[in-house]
Amino acid sequence: MLNYKVVAGPEGYLPPAAASRGVVLPEKGKALVEGYAVPEEEAMLTVVKKLLNAENPVFFPGPLLLWDWKEGIREKAKEVKELTEVLGARIIPMPDYRPKYPMINPEIEINPNHPNLTIWHNNIDVCVFIGVHCHYANVALKIIRGGTSCYTIALCAEMGHEDAMISLREVGLGKIKALKEIAIKVKKEGQE
Amino acid sequence: MSNQQVLNPDALFCNTEKQDMFITGSEAVKEAIKRSNVDMAISYPITPQSESMHLVGDLYAQGYLKDYLRGENELAVMSEVAGASMGGVRVFTATGGPGTLRAFEMFSTWSGARLPIVCAFMTRGLNSPLTIQPDNIEMAHILDTGMIILHAENAQDLYDMLLKAFIVAEKPDVHIPVGVFADGFFVTHTRDRVRIDPESVKLPPYDPYSAPVPVIDMENVPVRLMRDPFVMKSNFISYAAHASWQQEIMAAAMRSRKYLDKYLEGLMDIHNEKAKVMVVASGTAVSQSREAVERAKNEGMDVGLIKIKCLRPFPVEKIKAALENVKTVIIPEFNRVGWLYREIKSVLQKDMEVIGAPRVFGGMTMPAELILDEIRRCQNG
Repeated sequence: MLNYKVVAGPEGYLPPAAASRGVVLPEKGKALVEGYAVPEEEAMLTVVKKLLNAENPVFFPGPLLLWDWKEGIREKAKEVKELTEVLGARIIPMPDYRPKYPMINPEIEINPNHPNLTIWHNNIDVCVFIGVHCHYANVALKIIRGGTSCYTIALCAEMGHEDAMISLREVGLGKIKALKEIAIKVKKEGQE
Repeated sequence: MSNQQVLNPDALFCNTEKQDMFITGSEAVKEAIKRSNVDMAISYPITPQSESMHLVGDLYAQGYLKDYLRGENELAVMSEVAGASMGGVRVFTATGGPGTLRAFEMFSTWSGARLPIVCAFMTRGLNSPLTIQPDNIEMAHILDTGMIILHAENAQDLYDMLLKAFIVAEKPDVHIPVGVFADGFFVTHTRDRVRIDPESVKLPPYDPYSAPVPVIDMENVPVRLMRDPFVMKSNFISYAAHASWQQEIMAAAMRSRKYLDKYLEGLMDIHNEKAKVMVVASGTAVSQSREAVERAKNEGMDVGLIKIKCLRPFPVEKIKAALENVKTVIIPEFNRVGWLYREIKSVLQKDMEVIGAPRVFGGMTMPAELILDEIRRCQNG
């Protein structure tokens, strides 16, 4: 029960919620890497390396980042866009959570109820959830773990996500900037 | 009232100077809601709950609530409460017995919609022939609706649990409803000394913008459920989405453990943990058990007592550990089915004697002698 690791799938027909296997959300100053709490700085470096080494990294920004609904969101969104540019990652938005019929266009959007369609269609090997309401992020993260081999990262503005392979908590403008600085540094070191 | 001071929950629960009041359980509900910064309450009368929501109505008249109304019936009330919660306000209601069953569909809906509603359940008998008398069989039905379930032993528990329920329910990583249960009449209609916070303080307001689902989102389930439901499509994608959704509700309850542990000071209490005979109870059966255990001690018998405060999430690992070296478990209950007996049996991994007795129902009281008789039988056997 306590040895459950949250790793890339496909895990199977119906993977469990990691919380039901003993994975607990990180305390302040910590983050989750594959189900285990680690210092946040260590997790941030892992996030950057995962994304820089990915073949097709994609950010999935949700409504909490896409809509200018609160002071500071515009600045955060701008910083996230700059972060994706440093990392060489694409952006496919999750503009809302409505079920789409007969199906979504996986080329241009992702939906929490069937996120695997977008991941399969675009051959995404590492993805980042940001600005997605926690319930919908958790629903989607389990489906992705069940049916795809995609490595999932959640940059959560609240308390984090057990079902992501890497999860940071309380991610605001400051932590996005820190990730960008780490990415610039790691890229520079790689070139030297 | 507008002149109440907002205190952070830790300060309100731990640092205020409490005063003693000699009040009924129904009055304890009123005192808790007075300090809970509730925006709206909706009521429908049913014995033995009626007085509590009547008193909450008085709070509205005094300016403590922004809105208060009476619904058409319990299903209507629980639906209206869901609407209020989806709209982003802190909402409270109460029911009991047949009212609980009449409203039943909504409890799973609340959980599935991630609504942090707090509802007090004042239990009573259900089965025909109709009775309004004490019994908590309705708890057998409600355990697996996805709600957090707390069981108050007395008016003090009821007061404390209600205040704390709002804070736990509204945590962004939890955000599911909490049912605070009290055995009707025994708790609601009897006076007890209750330690109460000053009238001048209240909890911080609810922040719906940290919720795990959008506030009043008419384009998504559950509102969209009846218009364009992905859950009613017959394909694997829909099944997987629904299954993942349900797993997330259960995960939310798991996450509530750390908060309940902190605010309730553990999901259960243990008295005399080394005893080989252990009485396990919840609600008012704890009070009767406490008296029986004390009398057994006076007769020279070594008996322990476990008080279960939280039934969902169930303290599985703690119960296993507490009963590891116990020879016999006695589980007294105020219902005919023995739902706590079933819960305890389901987590025990080794063979031990588990006695689902005494059980009383239909309005009967539980004299401590009945529990004492079981203890004596175990000691002699």
